Amino acid sequence: MPGITREEVAHLARLARLELAEEELDHFAGQLDDIIGAVARVSEVAEQDVPPTSHPLPLTNVMRADEVRPSLTPAQALSGAPAQEQQRFKVPQILGED
Amino acid sequence: MTVTELLSYEAALASFDPVMGLEVHVELGTKTKMFCGCSTELGAEPNAQTCPTCLGLPGALPVVNEIGVESAIKIGLALHCEIAEWCRFARKNYFYPDMPKNFQTSQYDEPIAFNGYLDVQLEDGEVFRVEIERAHMEEDTGKSTHIGGATGRIHGASHSLLDYNRAGIPLIEIVTKPIEGAGERAPEVAKAYVAELRELIRALGVSEARMDKGQMRCDVNLSLRPHGTKTFGTRSETKNVNSLRSVERAARFEIQRHAAVLESGGTIVQETRHFHEDDGSTTSGRIKDNAEDYRYFPEPDLVPIAPARAWVEELRQGLPELPRVRRNRLREEWGVSEQEMQSILNAGAVDPIVATIEAGADAASARKWWMGELARNANEKGVSLEELPITPADVARVSTTSWPARSSRASSPARAPRTRSSRSAV
Repeated sequence: MPGITREEVAHLARLARLELAEEELDHFAGQLDDIIGAVARVSEVAEQDVPPTSHPLPLTNVMRADEVRPSLTPAQALSGAPAQEQQRFKVPQILGED
Repeated sequence: MTVTELLSYEAALASFDPVMGLEVHVELGTKTKMFCGCSTELGAEPNAQTCPTCLGLPGALPVVNEIGVESAIKIGLALHCEIAEWCRFARKNYFYPDMPKNFQTSQYDEPIAFNGYLDVQLEDGEVFRVEIERAHMEEDTGKSTHIGGATGRIHGASHSLLDYNRAGIPLIEIVTKPIEGAGERAPEVAKAYVAELRELIRALGVSEARMDKGQMRCDVNLSLRPHGTKTFGTRSETKNVNSLRSVERAARFEIQRHAAVLESGGTIVQETRHFHEDDGSTTSGRIKDNAEDYRYFPEPDLVPIAPARAWVEELRQGLPELPRVRRNRLREEWGVSEQEMQSILNAGAVDPIVATIEAGADAASARKWWMGELARNANEKGVSLEELPITPADVARVSTTSWPARSSRASSPARAPRTRSSRSAV
């Protein structure tokens, strides 16, 4: 079993800027452990001759020509934004970065 | 703000050996973004060039821009890199609103180009080989404006505003291997490398690479180690150094700063630093996340890129003469010294002179015009030579026209019709 520690959960939470309470750390450590354990079973059935894959279809080089397609209007683009200002997406104060 | 302790440059170099790594981001001049058909034209109103793909809306699927890949291969080839037979994109996960997807589509352990070099020429003519680790494809981020802070910076800001027009514009990131052995010339090598790379990118026609417009940006990684040791010291990464002069100054400042910290028994913190154009200093940014914190994984929405060898060879055949080779050829053709060539280069006069010679002038007079009267004129007006209201064809005409007061050849039959036609056009 992988054994996800609460420190690892706290670290992941920090990377995702999520505030987790002490008891949530234990709760999610257990859950993440279960998930990773379940996914790890893939390696039990996949033999050495099955390479890891990122895409189920044997496709390569799907590309498009460099031709401009219509964009959304600014109003359409901003229509789902929780807040906007000066035709821009408004986001809360960004902490701890510069 | 506390004053940063610096050791004199000479004292720093007497004790330590600098090791540099340069990361240069080049914004490609494609018509559309890397993974969607939104225009990349500058100057649009905010959020007028976005779509579900570059806004990261659920269900939207990216498709790679063919010219983006072609440009990456051209850059790789011009840097003498190997071109991957097969490579993938990867998601670089980080939590910051400049990327609405919450990840940047980049390449991780499978760059499209790797293991190359670029020979750069220093001002005295010495050639220094800079080894290239990789060149990979990725996308630019949106533009943040911080509101409420006194200086427009994040600190003290109450909120930030995002314009995603730039999000998704193709970037090529070019990473050097550690540059060792440059010694006291390290800052000069850094500047010459970025200058050479800029010329190369322009010669390839894949970007205008204007640093003042953010089309080319440089991060300077620097560490020191005591003379005679092999292990690298802890490095700092000075971000977004955006002029050639600044690249040199940032490297120099960091050498002096690191040396002061190390000499006084301190340790260097692995962090990003901000460069300040006004006084050439750097200040602490954020503690750098480890690569594993970005939780890179292969991008499942994009299929692998496997450039056909025939395509790569075709692109190789189509490469233009490389800038350094071209400069040396022109220097010989024009019969000028290294130093003269350097000042022609610094004046931005190479292309105007070439065009003037092509339009019929001889090399000496083309050079005399552009480096003399016209350079003075441009300098007074604060514009580049190319922005002057005179074309190379004009200069060629002036320099091949003999004036009656000075010469009797003014009436020569070959020149007379041209003089007449230009008069009648007025």
